[in-house]
Amino acid sequence: MSLAAPRKERAAGARRGGTAPLPRRGRRDSYALFLLPGAVAFLLVIIAPFAMNTAWSFTDWQGVGDLTWSGLSNYRELFHDAQFWASFRHSLFMVLSMAIVPTVVGLVLAAALFDFVAKHYGSKVTTVLRACFYLPQVLPIAVAGIVWSWILAPDDGALNAFLRAVGLGSLQQDWLGDPDLALYSVMGVMVWVQIGFPLVVFMAGLQRVDPQLYEAAELDGAGWWRRLWHVTLPQIRPEIHVVLLWCTIAALKVFGAIYVLTKGGPGGATNVPSYFSYTTFFEQTQVGYGAAISTVLTVIILVLALVGLKAQTRAEDVEEGRAA
Amino acid sequence: MNAAIRRHPVLVTLGVAALFMIAPFLIVVVNAFKSPEDYSNNGPLSLPDSLYTDGITGFWERVDFGQKLWNSVLISGSVAVLAVVLSVLTAYAIGIGRVRGRTWVLAFFVLANMLPQEALVYPLYFLAKKADLYDTRLSVIIVFTVIQSAFGTYLLSSVLGRFPREVIEAARIDGAGKWQVLWRIVVPMNRPTIGVLLVFFFIWTWNEFLLPLVMLLSNDNQTVSVALGVLQGQRLMDATMTNAAALLGVLPAIVFFLLFQRTLTRGIAAGAVK
Repeated sequence: MSLAAPRKERAAGARRGGTAPLPRRGRRDSYALFLLPGAVAFLLVIIAPFAMNTAWSFTDWQGVGDLTWSGLSNYRELFHDAQFWASFRHSLFMVLSMAIVPTVVGLVLAAALFDFVAKHYGSKVTTVLRACFYLPQVLPIAVAGIVWSWILAPDDGALNAFLRAVGLGSLQQDWLGDPDLALYSVMGVMVWVQIGFPLVVFMAGLQRVDPQLYEAAELDGAGWWRRLWHVTLPQIRPEIHVVLLWCTIAALKVFGAIYVLTKGGPGGATNVPSYFSYTTFFEQTQVGYGAAISTVLTVIILVLALVGLKAQTRAEDVEEGRAA
Repeated sequence: MNAAIRRHPVLVTLGVAALFMIAPFLIVVVNAFKSPEDYSNNGPLSLPDSLYTDGITGFWERVDFGQKLWNSVLISGSVAVLAVVLSVLTAYAIGIGRVRGRTWVLAFFVLANMLPQEALVYPLYFLAKKADLYDTRLSVIIVFTVIQSAFGTYLLSSVLGRFPREVIEAARIDGAGKWQVLWRIVVPMNRPTIGVLLVFFFIWTWNEFLLPLVMLLSNDNQTVSVALGVLQGQRLMDATMTNAAALLGVLPAIVFFLLFQRTLTRGIAAGAVK
């Protein structure tokens, strides 16, 4: 996920000293024709709708009838809307369960699978274990939601039945229906859903780590945890970076899981910005207000993405500088 | 077992964790084949008395699951192919054509890919109604072709940026036009990457929820994800029906997984760190 690629190529071209016949500017620009279909499609499906949404966020529009401009009043109202703040607070919990926990756990699992299981038990065992962890990732989130809302159901759900069966009946809960518990239950489900992604990315990343680094660390007497911290972690920093950025953005956007598991309830206990804007658009038909919510969400995501990409590009430049 | 724990503690721990990950799948399979009486008498943890398939067939007919499958296949398949074509064209201009300002163009595509769909959903809904495309599968195909091609453009541009220039220059000297170079040389030589993108776009589109939920109102047009999500959201199902629905929803995902496991894992790694 780096924007540095084209710049690197330009540098490589310059180093060749122009021995390769570089196309002249006129010829080069005629490739612009190939950009045309994409440009038109993006204008119609992404840019225009995005601009409309932003414009509507400054109106008091119900989806029908005339637009009335209301300036910043939607944003002022949002600022005082407890539901809005709660939804963003829940977003932080989602970031914890969809980005931070999966990254940490994924790292430990990937390292254990890569340099322990693969070494002692062969690649077949490793592949099977990796597949088990990855499987939830291919499931439509709606289907994952169906599965879990049944497992977590209070009366005939599988989790409570299991607790009864092992004699822990006193721990039974209304997992998704208890306002104090619902958010944590959703978080648990999201960890289950997400864990496979960092695991697979990290295992792929570990393949390019020089095994000699491990051998050297081992000779120096570093135990498994120290090797994880001092060798694995720095070596797959680019992957960690990408996974954290990617998963954080996914966490901020989470919608399907909330729709299917809790509908934001009970009593708003699991409401998130994305679901909040959906209900504002389509249930309350407060289009202007919904547009303001989604605009704020967009700004947060884009700022995060820009900062993340920038930090990564800088890290790559530093590494290149070191290599050169 | 005790000896195993002592001799292979890490493997046993990982094995238990892996079992926990797939336990939901296993328990769904077990309960999808239970009759309602069996379920209410013995609960969710026992094996079925007998192989009861009426739950599954009943659910299949009730939601016209065949139609939903067809809608999902049609939408995801079209999106995968069209989005790859669009990505190839744009990435050709950026990666090989090196059009001016390509860093910015590329940055734009990355950001477009990260944009939350919530910021597009109402305008797209509004525009689809205006264009008479609301509640058509075509509307979803168009929208996801563009959204997926943002990622495709990004990935393919960086792959094509490293494409050997000599090959292209040789072809140009032999008189091949840009269009011929693209389809006769660049596309065939990048078939693995394109394959990865096809698989990804298909599965991602299959799993999409928000936009199809908003755009596809009628039963005849809904995808598997939307149909199951809406039913669940309305809480109209009993436990055995829920399991039958879950099983039917899980099966295509497992089939993709078995078919494409290698492509998926390779592709994720390629997508993550070019």
